[in-house]
Amino acid sequence: MTAPAPSLLRRTMRVANGRAGAVALVVIALFALAAPLALPDPATQFDIVDGALRPPSAIHPFGTDHLSRDVLSRVANGARISLAVAVIAVALSITLGAVVGLVAGFFGGVTDTIVMRVVDGAMAIPRLFLLLLLVAAWDRLPLAALILVIGATGWLGTSRLVRAEVLRLREAEFVRSAQALGAGARRVMFRHLLPNTIGPLAVAAMLGVGDVILLEAGLSFLGLGVRPPTPSWGGMILEGKDVLQAAPWVSLFPGLAIVATVLAINLFGEALHRAAESRSS
Amino acid sequence: MSPLLEVRDLRVTFPDRATGGVHPVDGVSFELARGETLALVGESGCGKSLSALALLRLVPPPGRIASGSAVVLDGTDVLALDDKSLRKVRGRRIAMIFQDPMTSLNPVFTVGDQITEVVHAHFKVPKQEARDRALKLLNEVGIPDAASRLDAYPHQLSGGMRQRVMIAIALAGEPELLIADEPTTALDVTVQAQILELLDQLRATHGMSMLLITHDLGIVAGRADRVAVMYAGQIVEQASTAALFAKPSHPYTQGLFASVPRLTGPVGHLMPIPGTVPPPSAWPSGCRFRTRCPIVHARSAEMPPMLQVGPEHSMRCWLAEDQQ
Amino acid sequence: MTAPAANGGPLLDVRDLVKHYRSGGLFQRSTPPVRAVDGISLDVAQGETLALVGESGCGKSSAGRSILRLQEPTSGSVMFEGRDVLALGREELRALRRKMQIIFQDPYSSLNPRLTVGDAVAEGIQIHKLADRAGTARRVAALLEEVGLDASYAGRYPHEFSGGQRQRIGIARALAVEPSFIVCDEPVSALDVSVQAQVLNLLRELQQRRGLSYLFIAHDLAVVRQLAHRIAVMYLGRIVETGATEELLANPRHPYTQALLSAVPEPDPTRQRERIVLSGDLPSPSAPPPGCHFHTRCFHQLRDGRCSTETPLLRPVGATRAACHYAEHSSVAQVTAPAIPNQ
Repeated sequence: MTAPAPSLLRRTMRVANGRAGAVALVVIALFALAAPLALPDPATQFDIVDGALRPPSAIHPFGTDHLSRDVLSRVANGARISLAVAVIAVALSITLGAVVGLVAGFFGGVTDTIVMRVVDGAMAIPRLFLLLLLVAAWDRLPLAALILVIGATGWLGTSRLVRAEVLRLREAEFVRSAQALGAGARRVMFRHLLPNTIGPLAVAAMLGVGDVILLEAGLSFLGLGVRPPTPSWGGMILEGKDVLQAAPWVSLFPGLAIVATVLAINLFGEALHRAAESRSS
Repeated sequence: MSPLLEVRDLRVTFPDRATGGVHPVDGVSFELARGETLALVGESGCGKSLSALALLRLVPPPGRIASGSAVVLDGTDVLALDDKSLRKVRGRRIAMIFQDPMTSLNPVFTVGDQITEVVHAHFKVPKQEARDRALKLLNEVGIPDAASRLDAYPHQLSGGMRQRVMIAIALAGEPELLIADEPTTALDVTVQAQILELLDQLRATHGMSMLLITHDLGIVAGRADRVAVMYAGQIVEQASTAALFAKPSHPYTQGLFASVPRLTGPVGHLMPIPGTVPPPSAWPSGCRFRTRCPIVHARSAEMPPMLQVGPEHSMRCWLAEDQQ
Repeated sequence: MTAPAANGGPLLDVRDLVKHYRSGGLFQRSTPPVRAVDGISLDVAQGETLALVGESGCGKSSAGRSILRLQEPTSGSVMFEGRDVLALGREELRALRRKMQIIFQDPYSSLNPRLTVGDAVAEGIQIHKLADRAGTARRVAALLEEVGLDASYAGRYPHEFSGGQRQRIGIARALAVEPSFIVCDEPVSALDVSVQAQVLNLLRELQQRRGLSYLFIAHDLAVVRQLAHRIAVMYLGRIVETGATEELLANPRHPYTQALLSAVPEPDPTRQRERIVLSGDLPSPSAPPPGCHFHTRCFHQLRDGRCSTETPLLRPVGATRAACHYAEHSSVAQVTAPAIPNQ
């Protein structure tokens, strides 16, 4: 039995993990939005008094880095970048994947065969390899282009997911019933099919955000992602790498931020997944 | 002679957010003699299937059987058994067949494997003997070319054949009681007739008792010895089949009879029961049927007990008192 | 019930309708097609109900959907109000959907769980632009009341309703475009018996009030009897017998009709009917038996070689038309039914 959209969230929140994940995500989001306003701007304020590579203290709870910047403030600013990259890139790839899956699943036949063979082929290339290739080919990659590239390589799985859902739903009698009333392809696809894939799509999007945070961190760590001085969690770990022995906090705190965020996303995503599953049965 | 099965005040509880707990099966009592067929009849949501599952302690979680319930099989309280003893009852003394023969069989094992598995679970017999028994059972349930069907997978059989296999599996434990839960609902009408004939025949030759659970008054006629009609978790009328069909007494039973389309008699006079069966959380206090009953009774706000309306004929309705 | 007089030819006239399903995709070798509908002809008059009766796999649902072109039939002709439905272009077909509607069996899967009841009922009105916003809301409210529901239900979602209520919603949805012909595809099979009677009564009332024509697809002859003026019995893609309801039920000529009739479970232990239990299963529709499709399960005493070689045609026998070589010799009294199923 199925229910309208609001109850999916409500059902997710009934599970303890879902609540914990949601609370953590809200805290992280607030931190990303509010903290940079309250803390010194690391781009302009170099705390000469305290100096570089200071351990955590009352004034700098996360310590300072090799340019005497406040690590807490940079983690908060990095959160904005890392989360924005992830959310926008995932929104892009989910939209692309949903449209491709919807078209392939609904029209079927030759359209479906061609589209899905292309997807199969593309999926055989590891995403990281593809990204490295694209990113390396472009010397100074602007942030917008990075988001575009991550988004454009992430829709393959979603398209398969949506296609599978559409193939199942296409046989449902309410679709037949709409066609019997004279509904055209667009109406059937966007009013009857797409809204019924929201559950799995929400799960895919949630877990996708976690993936992209890790991916962006990895790219930035390799020096191919977000360019300094713009703070990003992966870039900060890279910057702390050389002083890991002397000042572990420079890498540790952005690392913990990544772990905490991805964990919260997965907790919530898993609960969302189960809520969507139990509803569709 | 004492009955084979005696069910007393069976209640099944499910947690409910609004009310704290609901009882989809609420105080069901009946007896079943050896060799007898009792039909448990009711519409969806009346608790008939859940009652059957409770007899084998197979109530799906988070539901549970409330304390104070008793299921006594030939002197043994099934509800008090430990797991090991319970396994000796399930399949061996009480077997069950379900509505959907498509999902009740395991698709990755052959028909023969699934029957011999049950044989081995309950009897210490050598492999060949188990296979021989499986073959004999397939013949008995009327599967043509049984020897070659032993090695067939469920998907290679039609719905009717699968239900026959399910019956063979149920018979493999040589049970004393067979619970048939809507055994023909998923089948075509001509195949339904085959399966019902078969069940009746097997019950007679094996001397089993049968609990036939169905929504269809039509298949009860001529096949069950006694009938219990359920509504909203309770038995509302119980009688011998002949007595019930001759004189349905509870307003709900009468409503059911008036709703059934027939091949004879006037057309266009179906008298449906108004409204729908409320969910367990919305059952009225007092008589459960009073919100849909055509008769307004002064005492309907009190729950009526089972009252006698004739020899071996009782119902849960205050009208019985007035008639006496 | 007597069939109302047709005013000038049937509303729907179907000739030699065939629907074959091909299995296998683009790169697979093709297997023999499933012959779901194997050349059936039928007609429905204004205000009449024709029942198409048979067991699963007989092709009755495929026939209904092919007539509406929800599936493209393989061949044949479908004339509706004198127009050739199979020759219509896409836009003409969409326009025709106003006239021909369908009600489905499963009240759970036939409503989109994400549309409110009001949106579901309004869909046809929106597609065909039959009313403005306020007019649509008024019509939806009137439709809900016409099918016995409260107009305030429009804002709720399907999962809040019982099977019978959902089936009423499905009926309101079909009625919204004011059709003259409705295919009822097993509309009460999934419902409890008390609710089934409610829906059957509703369908009868609507027919009387609106002058609707029904093609009523079902497997239960007792249900069909409540509504149908005429009955056509299908077996493996073909119509094996057809006639006026009471005549066909009183004196069925085709052995399959007799078996189907005797299999109807009736709640009456005193009425002793001869039980005819057919042996065996339905043969595969991709490889139907030659000659008479029914000969592999037939119990007619005169059954012979002709049955397995020569296809019997529908021809008048007594009060009905039956497709059996020996229909003259198969009134119910004469058949010798095997008492025991295949052993």
